[in-house]
Amino acid sequence: IASLVMYLFAEFDDAANLLAANPDATTISIDEPVEIPKNQHGRLPEPGREEDDELLGTDDSDKTELLAGQKKSAPFWTFEYYQTFFDVDTYQVLDRIKGSVFPVPGKNFVRLYIRSNPDLYGPFWICATLVFTIAVSGNLSNFFIHLGKPTYHYVPEFRKVSIAATTIYAYAWLVPLALWGFLMWRNSKVMNIVSYSFLEIVCVYGYSLFIYIPTAILWIIPQKVVRWVLVMFSLCLSGSVLVMTFWPAVRDDNRRIALATVVTIVLLHALLAVGCLAYFFDAPEMDFPAPIIPAHNGTTVITKSQ
Amino acid sequence: FAGLADVSISEDIPVEGEITVPVGSRSPDEDYSTLDEPVRDTIMRDLKAVGKKFVHVMYPKKSSALLRDWDLWGPLVLCVSLALMLQGGSADSKDDGGPQFAEVFVIIWFGAVVITLNSKLLGGTISFFQSLCVLGYCVLPLTVAMLVCRLVLLAGSGTVSFVIRLIVVVAMFGWSTLASTAFLADSQPPNRKALVVYPIFLFYFVISWMILTFTPQ
Repeated sequence: IASLVMYLFAEFDDAANLLAANPDATTISIDEPVEIPKNQHGRLPEPGREEDDELLGTDDSDKTELLAGQKKSAPFWTFEYYQTFFDVDTYQVLDRIKGSVFPVPGKNFVRLYIRSNPDLYGPFWICATLVFTIAVSGNLSNFFIHLGKPTYHYVPEFRKVSIAATTIYAYAWLVPLALWGFLMWRNSKVMNIVSYSFLEIVCVYGYSLFIYIPTAILWIIPQKVVRWVLVMFSLCLSGSVLVMTFWPAVRDDNRRIALATVVTIVLLHALLAVGCLAYFFDAPEMDFPAPIIPAHNGTTVITKSQ
Repeated sequence: FAGLADVSISEDIPVEGEITVPVGSRSPDEDYSTLDEPVRDTIMRDLKAVGKKFVHVMYPKKSSALLRDWDLWGPLVLCVSLALMLQGGSADSKDDGGPQFAEVFVIIWFGAVVITLNSKLLGGTISFFQSLCVLGYCVLPLTVAMLVCRLVLLAGSGTVSFVIRLIVVVAMFGWSTLASTAFLADSQPPNRKALVVYPIFLFYFVISWMILTFTPQ
């Protein structure tokens, strides 16, 4: 209740300021005491500000402050401490997955879905699923590409599972670590409004890898064009979620550093996709026209490319 | 305890009860009877317990026998036999073959531990070893599938044999998942059941994939 009252007072302040600045603006009386923040902002004629607030999540920062204080009170050597990272229900996990696949323009994934309840269930099991999906799909795709060739003997290629696991888990944990360290360092130099905890960054990265699971399954189709279109499509979707999450955190910094950070994030994401495609999936071969090699005794030998 | 000095039990409230020392119901010579019994009896008792659990897995009803008296003999036997049967494929000479013995072992045990930790972290009430026991025993249908696959592969390795193997492996995969879900699902909080069942599904899917892609040399 207290946070609600404080929020309403903040609303009155905003309206008063706007009215002072813009006397011709129409005012709307607030009838319902409980209102979703974005509806309120939608009526005020200041599109730039409402986008900021949506991305920063300042409208429910009071609530998140209160919530953050109540969680994680167990010491880190007890089992209960780690249980706080798995405090999610089925529908919450599904919502977060949906939010990572359909980026809503202007909404921040962390503020909208995570809301200071980062979980480790999603990142861990999405990475595990992705590892096995890439290994299985790669194996299946190679099988279909080389099917019918007389010299081909099917092998399960189990070695690649360990390689896939190392790569994907390294990406999902080391890149957030580096990014978090970098953001903390910049925070000490430039006062950023938005800062994320390490677990929230791990959470965003973990959920953003979800789009690659159906992409990996569709990569079985042995057409180069289809594969590259899929790469572009999934990169756009999850890359935009990442960009919209991290842009507010670096925006107040030096322009070039902010741009470099965002570009690096997208590049690493693209590198993961392209690397997996190149290593686990053989290139679909095309039939070249048979070259004719004249032999010594005049007969021509036609060789087929394997 | 100074205030209790003047407390006295009034005379007209009778104090009644029994003062007996419970005597051990077993006679002393039964205490070391398990050491005195023939070795055959000891081994048969454990084997019977393991066999009873196998039967519970093949006909999964909601019984608490699997959960109450957990043991890890059955999972060990199943894991070793599955890993042994997965050898002898095209793995021996080349790098890119099937899983090695150690890989199968690690996947099964490490996978079971991770799933147990996952369900405990999500708030499950089952104990650690009980969950390991259930997950290990429910590998039995897949071990049977591996046996059937090897027998079918002895007959030939064409498309027909592949279709038979596919049907058998898919059926056993479904059986394993349903059996373990029947035993484990009750101990989970109701709004997180799907979160607990999905890793079990993934675990048995990986094992089924290893079985299905086994190709003899």
